[in-house]
Amino acid sequence: MSILVNETTKVVVQGITGKEGSFHTQKCLEYGTDIVAGVTPGKGGQTFLNKIPIFNTMEEAVTETNCNTSLIFVPPPFASDAMLESVNSNINLIVCITEGIPVQDSAKVINHIQKTNTRLIGPNCPGLISPKHRCKIGIMPAAIHTKGTIGVVSRSGTLTYEAVSQLSKLGLGQSTCIGIGGDPITGMGFNEILTEFDKDPETESIVLIGEIGGQKEQEAATTIKTMSKPVAALIVGESAPTGKRMGHAGAIITGTSGTAKAKIDYLKKNGAEIIPNPSEIGITIKKTLK
Amino acid sequence: MNIHEYQAKELLKNNNLSIPNGFLIQQKEEIPNTIKKLKNKAVIKAQIHAGGRGKVGGVKIINSLQEANEIAENMLGKNLSTNQTGQKGVPVNSLLIEELINIKREIYFSIIMDPSNKTPTIITSPEGGMEIEELAQKASEKLFFEPVDPLLGLQSFQIRQLGIKLKLSKNEFANFSRALKNLFNVFVKYDCSLLEINPLVITANDDFVCLDAKIILEDDALFRHPELNSLNDPSQTEPLENSASKYGIAYVKLSGTVGCLVNGAGLAMATMDIIQSSGAKPANFLDVGGGASEEKVKEAFKIILTDKSVKIIFVNIFGGILRCDIVARGIIMATKEDPNTSKIVVRMQGTNFEEGRKILQNSKLKVNFVETLDEATTVIKHLSEEEA
Repeated sequence: MSILVNETTKVVVQGITGKEGSFHTQKCLEYGTDIVAGVTPGKGGQTFLNKIPIFNTMEEAVTETNCNTSLIFVPPPFASDAMLESVNSNINLIVCITEGIPVQDSAKVINHIQKTNTRLIGPNCPGLISPKHRCKIGIMPAAIHTKGTIGVVSRSGTLTYEAVSQLSKLGLGQSTCIGIGGDPITGMGFNEILTEFDKDPETESIVLIGEIGGQKEQEAATTIKTMSKPVAALIVGESAPTGKRMGHAGAIITGTSGTAKAKIDYLKKNGAEIIPNPSEIGITIKKTLK
Repeated sequence: MNIHEYQAKELLKNNNLSIPNGFLIQQKEEIPNTIKKLKNKAVIKAQIHAGGRGKVGGVKIINSLQEANEIAENMLGKNLSTNQTGQKGVPVNSLLIEELINIKREIYFSIIMDPSNKTPTIITSPEGGMEIEELAQKASEKLFFEPVDPLLGLQSFQIRQLGIKLKLSKNEFANFSRALKNLFNVFVKYDCSLLEINPLVITANDDFVCLDAKIILEDDALFRHPELNSLNDPSQTEPLENSASKYGIAYVKLSGTVGCLVNGAGLAMATMDIIQSSGAKPANFLDVGGGASEEKVKEAFKIILTDKSVKIIFVNIFGGILRCDIVARGIIMATKEDPNTSKIVVRMQGTNFEEGRKILQNSKLKVNFVETLDEATTVIKHLSEEEA
């Protein structure tokens, strides 16, 4: 088992003909992901690598291929429209990789999505991967991942790869690894992912990677408190200067709660195992296993 | 992108909000004329991209031409350092000189994008003038939050709710309602990530006037507001940060001696933490970005080389979209003229890491290769002890 994806996952790539889209579609295919369609307006009727049909619209892609999950590589000015097109076609899960979407656009899309059955990972995220299902819907380097029982959820991209590589080197495989995205406003948050991991019979223990600023880690802590499975948490940014106001009133209001220390204290109080240093992710999670 | 108070007020004025009558000056020779127009009574405000001006003499009320001249002399062309700027401060290149307003009441007002509600959120308080940090600590029960559905926009009931919480009179409420609609419109229209009016004042005539204004424009949305790019003032940021942003590199100058070049913001912060745990201090935050080219890596590395306080450089790359061989080639390009540069520690993992390492090994650079973050900590510790 894994969360959010399984053997019925059929992926459509929006923006399949772009530079990033085509490169990563190929990498996902090599890993084993069941990619059944691509969408690029104006390029309908063509094929990708002589096998994957390209459609002009999501509506056509869904009707023709029964795809249920979309992976988005569309550039920022058009990415919101791409997400809404997916929602309109009743896609189960959208994974939006695109970085640099104006926050007011993603706020609108996300507020709309919350009223539907579609779920969104991202934007500005590395995506998700489930080694057991050979299902990679994102841009992470496949080779570092191994099959196993650790769930990984993170706000970061490359730091997640670091975590996974530490786990794999210790023989600790992963059930599902998810990057929720680095934007201030994202679709699924730590809470929803943690709840999914807690329900997943094949996830034994979870790594959570957070960072300074905002309140997301504190919100996660309240979920951790109610969970039956152990969670090990790393918060990065302890060395970032305090007092240098980054200008965001949201971070200012929460004042001291945005610091690494405040987040660590709160997570610890709510039962999370704290990973003391970015080099000790693997070792710490190993201790949580029975 | 930060903009100045006078620029923010211009945007507000163009959208039917009241601001005090005022004049912007860049030379002290302009003082006499300006002061005369304001009948020798005015407030002089240093225009810098930082708050906390009032506490360090950046905002002064004057009652005579002589006072105005003295203050202009003291401020123009000098650096002003506040609790938000760091010790060096930022240069004051212009002064905003405004009429004095007859104030009946001061209100705190801001609109932010709130990550928890996932909506724009109005924050207001009857305790105007105090900084929001102070308000949150001392009078959090008097801070009112009103999340606005981005799909529906600001509704009349929300304005009524806020009006009642702020205990506005009937006359005041009519003007408040108009001002609030206009302020929310400005926030949406220009893709602001912050709009803060502190204080928003109620005058003796029950009018609402934006006495101060701070607007931060969202960088990612500037592509649809090309006319706003001209509001950028590079004099207000570190020169190295300006050259970084020209190439789309996320860079923040810090005070330590170990420079770092990393891909990804999270890993960059983790790298800074690793440097700190080795007993040294990071000289910068630098995220070269996902799809960086050799050219971009070269520029990023050059920025670190330009920083005179850097003694050791730690390159920490976890290749994903960014290939390690591209990073290696970028570093070679940056050090072509002077391969005997600072001590370099390199850790490369992920996409094409073998090739990346090989390129650096075959170069004239003296590189310390490490495999793990643990090893990096040890090597940086050792190298920085040598430096000391």
